Amino acid sequence: MRLPRTLLIGALLSTVFLGAALLSLVWTPYDTQILTITQRLQTPSAAHWLGTDQLGRDLLSMVMEGARTSIAVAVLAVGIGMGLGIPLGLLAAAMRGSLIDELVMRANDLVFAFPSLVIAILITAVFGAGAVNAIIAIGIFNIPVFARLSRGAALSIWSRDFILAARVAGKSDARISIEHILPNIASLMIVQGTIQFSLGILAEAALSYIGLGAQPPVASWGRMLADAQTLASLAPHVALVPGLAIVFTVLGLNLLGDGLRDLLDPRIRVART
Amino acid sequence: MSLLSIRDLSLTIHGTPILDRVSLEVAPGDIVAITGESGSGKSMTALATMGLLPQGAQATGQILLEGQDLLALSEPQMCAVRGRRIGMVFQEPMTALNPVQTIGAQVAETILQHEGVPRSVAMQRARAMLDRVGLPAERFPLTRYPHELSGGQRQRVVIAMAIALRPALLIADEPTTALDVTTQARILDLLKDLTRDFGMGLLMITHDLAVVAGMADRIAVMQHGRIVETGATADLFAHMQHPYTRALFRASSHVVDLPPAPPPEPLLRVENVIRSYRQPRRSLFGPRPVLRAVDDVSFDLHRGERLGLVGESGCGKSTLTRALLGLEPLQGGRITLDGDPLGPAARRKMQVVFQDPYSSFNPRHRVARLITEPFHLLPAPPQGADRDARIARALTDVGLKPSDADKYIHEFSGGQRQRIAIARALINDPDLIIFDEAVSALDVSVRAQVLDLIADLCRKRPLSYLFISHDLHVVRSVTDRVMVMQAGKIVEQGPTAQVLDSPQHPYTRSLLAAAPKLPDLRIPADGA
Amino acid sequence: MIRYTLGRLLSLCLSLIVASLVIFAVVEVVPGDPAAFMLGVNARPDTIAALRAELGLDQSLPQRYLSWVGGMLTGDFGISYTYRTPVSQMVLDRIGVSLPLALMALTLTILIAFPAGIYAASRRGRAGDLGVMGATQLGVAIPNFWFAMILVLIFAINLRWFSAGGFPGWEAGPAAALKSLILPAIALALPQAAILTRVMRSSLLDMLGEDFIRTARAKGLSRRQALWRHAVRNAMIPVLTIIGLQFAFLLAGAIVIEQVFFLPGLGRLIFQSISARDLIVVESVVMLLVAMVILVNFAVDLAYAAVDPRLRARA
Repeated sequence: MRLPRTLLIGALLSTVFLGAALLSLVWTPYDTQILTITQRLQTPSAAHWLGTDQLGRDLLSMVMEGARTSIAVAVLAVGIGMGLGIPLGLLAAAMRGSLIDELVMRANDLVFAFPSLVIAILITAVFGAGAVNAIIAIGIFNIPVFARLSRGAALSIWSRDFILAARVAGKSDARISIEHILPNIASLMIVQGTIQFSLGILAEAALSYIGLGAQPPVASWGRMLADAQTLASLAPHVALVPGLAIVFTVLGLNLLGDGLRDLLDPRIRVART
Repeated sequence: MSLLSIRDLSLTIHGTPILDRVSLEVAPGDIVAITGESGSGKSMTALATMGLLPQGAQATGQILLEGQDLLALSEPQMCAVRGRRIGMVFQEPMTALNPVQTIGAQVAETILQHEGVPRSVAMQRARAMLDRVGLPAERFPLTRYPHELSGGQRQRVVIAMAIALRPALLIADEPTTALDVTTQARILDLLKDLTRDFGMGLLMITHDLAVVAGMADRIAVMQHGRIVETGATADLFAHMQHPYTRALFRASSHVVDLPPAPPPEPLLRVENVIRSYRQPRRSLFGPRPVLRAVDDVSFDLHRGERLGLVGESGCGKSTLTRALLGLEPLQGGRITLDGDPLGPAARRKMQVVFQDPYSSFNPRHRVARLITEPFHLLPAPPQGADRDARIARALTDVGLKPSDADKYIHEFSGGQRQRIAIARALINDPDLIIFDEAVSALDVSVRAQVLDLIADLCRKRPLSYLFISHDLHVVRSVTDRVMVMQAGKIVEQGPTAQVLDSPQHPYTRSLLAAAPKLPDLRIPADGA
Repeated sequence: MIRYTLGRLLSLCLSLIVASLVIFAVVEVVPGDPAAFMLGVNARPDTIAALRAELGLDQSLPQRYLSWVGGMLTGDFGISYTYRTPVSQMVLDRIGVSLPLALMALTLTILIAFPAGIYAASRRGRAGDLGVMGATQLGVAIPNFWFAMILVLIFAINLRWFSAGGFPGWEAGPAAALKSLILPAIALALPQAAILTRVMRSSLLDMLGEDFIRTARAKGLSRRQALWRHAVRNAMIPVLTIIGLQFAFLLAGAIVIEQVFFLPGLGRLIFQSISARDLIVVESVVMLLVAMVILVNFAVDLAYAAVDPRLRARA
């Protein structure tokens, strides 16, 4: 089976960063807690592959630890989104046309109406800054995404004849949702999951940039960029490195998502003319 | 001179051969039908003539329109031909029109595309065309949108667009397949009328031999991308040469050999059933109109009896089916099976086979799991060896192999899938099966096989069924009694032969008059 | 059409009410005692009591809610605790930055995305399409604030074509004011344009696969004519929703960009107020932003119905 090229490139990039994040749990080239001011702002060299920042910390190590933060926050946020959103969507689809369906859809629309970043800021400001609150804030906005998507996909399956056959066999709506609907929408959910994952990384970076994400001493790409802002003209690599890390991780995840979509759910569009 | 002359047209798409030296002639004023089963290449021939082939298509040969080879034309030259010298009507009227443009604008577009007339003149001519196809101005102003029209009405608009410039040739690809019998008859009459009136040639593609018999002057039969036989209609029907033509005709006129029905003994009792819905409000403060999808329906189905239900779309037969299966709440009346009201006990004794073989099964499950879905109704579903034995028996009963139980549904063809659907329906040994348009989506030859299978099953075990279909010919051969449904009511019921030969109710009569008929021919056995 | 509009209007009002309840709950109820929250941990009890009296916190919750909503409806958004100026005044000042910025960014986004998306869809699978898709893949992966930093580095610091940040105010003349918004607008627009391009392309490809395109070709329209006259018009419909969402995002989500460029916009106001724990400002400005988003969505819904006749007919 020929795998799509996007899938392979995406998987490669994603694995590199995931691997870096996992590796940082046990080892990084240098200890990021030790500040050696004498080594500050060095450009990439053999000793420091990506150079050092304004406090002398090795940028490669910082990037690895930042990967850990970004990925952790994004994964958990997607987990919240899927864990609450998909059951809601399935429920709404199973009870289509009823009051519950209306309520779920209205609630969805309402959450979409709130500018997500503003509310994320509000939540983290009221409840305190930190990775946990960032996860909750980002996660809350994933819920309506998955709810709407799973509801739409589920509705199109509900109208198929084999669901009617299952109802004739006496199966309840709940049982049908789990046995028949869920497996058939799973691939769509997975693809969306990778997309929300990459969006989560961007959101976490934005929150950290303005100081509301993971707090020191936990490393994070967004805050690395905030620290680098004033130094950008002196030492551009300090601003480029974390930014490129974000770009490549998000790119990798998006390519992975696209590749998975091509692989799992090939709806071949026939060019009619 | 011939209007359209296709000579040795061969076509490949991405290297796969689709058409093999197809040759065809259409004279002005002639109606030529290309017929065959799915995959025979009939639509491709039409698309090749229009130059609307999909990407990766390579065509060789000649397609001469009034002497000019269309295959040799460049794309801009072809654009000038389409709509002006050749018009085309496609199969699906519900999606053929642009939903956000008025019908007037869409018909006028054909005119404006090829002639430099002012917009107002084009709209006047569009109005004239719409009148001509049977959409008068009072009910169908130019400002109507497609979603406000029914399928038949939309198809008329498509026809108006296709003939707006009085093309020399009109191609119609299965133009009435998606329409009801009575609507079909009217559209076919319209096409015949226009052909005679405009002096056009009509190239019609259809799988329905009965339609062909009623319409065409000449017939071309296609199989696997080749024309196997061609000739004037009467001649061809009188002297069929090619074995495939004979097989096709035999399958189309296939009469199933049903064993006689046992003496009547009530099984299913439907008494004064009413199923109504509240529809969305028409005006802001008006009442919500009530629609009676099933309106005071009563009938009995006896044990061992094969009862037919005939009706057009919207008559309420789908709602009635769901009500019989216990899937719809009733607003009046009752349904009993063997004296029991519809509960789990009664449900166990009823099963259903649906129309669309491609949406009847969960694509992620294997056949074994698919056909044992009804076991859910049993208080003690069979397990282990007993279960395997039941699966094997069900599969062999429908003409498949026990080893097919491990396969996925996408590995099977449409006809095989319907067999699996029948296996699923039979696995619990139900008392009653509902066949809901179960053979309508199948090719003619496959349909004949599945009907034979049903007759065979009737011989092996006592089988009672309700057979729902819009195809009167099929109903005639496979049912003992038939009911005719219109607008939620049963307007006529009685022994099949009697109802279909001497209908009493005006609606039944109109249905029978509209249904295209195959000539009653004796087809010699192969080799004669 | 009237039914549809009334329905949407009802939805609008309902959304506004629920949004206001949520915001009120988060800002005034959740932190416990808003006055104590605003003054911080080390505040003295009598200072807190004084603030409570000033803010009217002795009233019941429903009373406070109603007086807040009532105030907003009459244009009174309260007095900022930190700056001691009417919030409405602060908002008006800031909107003069946020609104032009959002409009500039949106215009830029549309000017880039529409041609790019249509081009990509019409050249599907070929080099042009792959090029556009590759560029957009990169575009959606770039954080807009990082892109802003790069832009500042190149265009402000190295080339000195623009200033590195700040807003001279409209009093300095429209040219100078708009010039200071150019880099921020580009930084905001590019990632959004990448998203919109993909949506446009996808929507157009969906349309191109529809039957009515085949009908148009059968009438003699060329591929290009069928694309522009039928596909593009129909493809716009779902794109409208996205544009609405993007405008909302640009208005409210420009917070981070305002940080990079030191622009005195609404986002920065919220942010500063949150840091200063000035709940009065936060509450009203967030409500304002949410109301604007809901209004934009309402406008999009109406535009939908104007473009798609099927919506006008349905319930």
